[in-house]
Amino acid sequence: MNKRRFKEKLAYSFLITMISIIVLSICLMFYFIISRGIRVINWEFLTQMPRKAMTAGGIFPAILGTFYLTMGAICFALPLGVSAAIYLNEYAVQNRLVRIIRISINNLAGVPSVVFGLFGLAIFVKFLNFGVSILSGSLTLGILILPTIIRASEEALSAVPNSFREASLALGATKWQTIQKIVLPNSFSGILTGAILSIGRAAGETAPILFTAVTFYSMRLPKSIFSEVMTLPYHIYALMTEGTHPESQVPIAYGTALVLVFLVLGLNLIAVILRNQFRRSKKW
Amino acid sequence: MVDEILQSKNDLKMQIRNLNFYYGTHQVLKNINLNIKSNAITAIIGPSGCGKTTFIRTLNRMNDIILGIKIEGDILFDHKNIYDDDIDVVDIRRKIGMVFQRPNPFPKSIFENIAYGLKINNLTVNKGELRERVEIALRGAALWEEVKDRLNTSALDLSGGQQQRLCIARALAVQPKVILFDEPCSALDPIATAKIEELIQELKEKYTIVIVTHNMQQAARASDFTAFLMLGELVEFDITEKIFTNPSQKITEDYITGRFG
Ligand SMILES: Nc1ncnc2c1ncn2[C@@H]1O[C@H](COP(=O)(O)OP(=O)(O)O)[C@@H](O)[C@H]1O
Ligand SMILES: [Mg+2]
Repeated sequence: MNKRRFKEKLAYSFLITMISIIVLSICLMFYFIISRGIRVINWEFLTQMPRKAMTAGGIFPAILGTFYLTMGAICFALPLGVSAAIYLNEYAVQNRLVRIIRISINNLAGVPSVVFGLFGLAIFVKFLNFGVSILSGSLTLGILILPTIIRASEEALSAVPNSFREASLALGATKWQTIQKIVLPNSFSGILTGAILSIGRAAGETAPILFTAVTFYSMRLPKSIFSEVMTLPYHIYALMTEGTHPESQVPIAYGTALVLVFLVLGLNLIAVILRNQFRRSKKW
Repeated sequence: MVDEILQSKNDLKMQIRNLNFYYGTHQVLKNINLNIKSNAITAIIGPSGCGKTTFIRTLNRMNDIILGIKIEGDILFDHKNIYDDDIDVVDIRRKIGMVFQRPNPFPKSIFENIAYGLKINNLTVNKGELRERVEIALRGAALWEEVKDRLNTSALDLSGGQQQRLCIARALAVQPKVILFDEPCSALDPIATAKIEELIQELKEKYTIVIVTHNMQQAARASDFTAFLMLGELVEFDITEKIFTNPSQKITEDYITGRFG
């Protein structure tokens, strides 16, 4: 065997090893969560209130709370983010101001999520007096996912060929008609994909809602957008750090983690399927 | 000679006067003066990069969407300057339609491609009328017989030549006065090209046509007037027959006989 072939084999084995490590870690993580969590999962676990100071019963309020918060976040962030993307991509003259706006948005994406939590506490909870509530938490999460939504939307908009815009304008359409009737319908799937991925991201976040929305334990389901909520990620944290019965709390925490992981994976899967569907149907 | 023919003002659909055009500081059109006669075909020829596309896009203000351009001079359409402040650009673009170099149908059905312009301009009152106008436009572009049974299928499934005729039909639907063609056949095979040329001949009955082409035969066969552009300057403008048989400039002759270009 000559040296070149040997090196080739060596490089190949090295890469295979690295990939195996990655795949193994992922499998291990799943095995770990599933094997420990699956035991507590049943219909009751998903649909019942917690009982006996969270050592028994279900996690329904946490599922519902995560649902409320992410929906609130997306309702707030989607119109805002898509509008911003339309402005930046379709209207803005590429001057220094717009560059600064873009850089700011990108920087926003790099801010640690706990900082969003502090911001939400200061602005929504205290200054606007929304209290620790679904509203405050949704707004905070909304700001957190805003950069993702803007970026995904901008990408989707700029993927629409300019020749479509020109064709529309040449027929006597206004710019807004062109955006509304040609650009947006053709970027819809891309924007939707971004939105779904953002929901997944928001569902898993703990830090931003820590001070703005969550409660450790609630006897009742939230009554309005001004109620506190339980959520899946915080429920895990609470189960692992509070209480005095780890032997019954820890399995519930793993069960909760399992639910959360599958929720987020499910969302990502939907996003991927949508994107592929879109790519396949797209002929331009 | 051309001045005599084009002296009756009533016959002039568009008049270009002292037109200068810049991308930033790069001047692309230099003092162009040209008259465009109603119901005639005016061809613009010239080597690539000489400013043909830029020129034709000044005629319906499509260049407005490009940043950093500067334009000087007047372009009269029905004796009114389309660059005046009180002009509605959107209205100008409806009246002066455009067909692009590459067929660019919308990713919609054949029917919706034509209906789009009618809808956005509120040109039809009801469904029946819309259908009627779509048919008229498709017939006008000699496409109706080929697509009448599949109006609801995607326009992107049509062949290149059919797509380009669809784009022509789309332009016809909004009832323009002038139609601008920017090398409409450059992406098409000879048979599709012949069909489009024939179509353009028919269109001249009702519309004023300006066509950019780098195909000399096409210009010679299919146009009434020819303008020869070179490095942003209008070298020669005359009736087509004269340009191709007895050009007044040596450089025009060199170009049309294929000595460069
Ligand atoms: N959007 C643009 N920005 C800057 N320069 C341009 C732009 N479009 C065309 N040009 C330049 O203007 C000149 C004329 O281009 P064009 O009008 O496209 O010529 P033609 O259609 O005759 O090939 C070329 O030098 C080209 O590089
Ligand atoms: Mg060109």
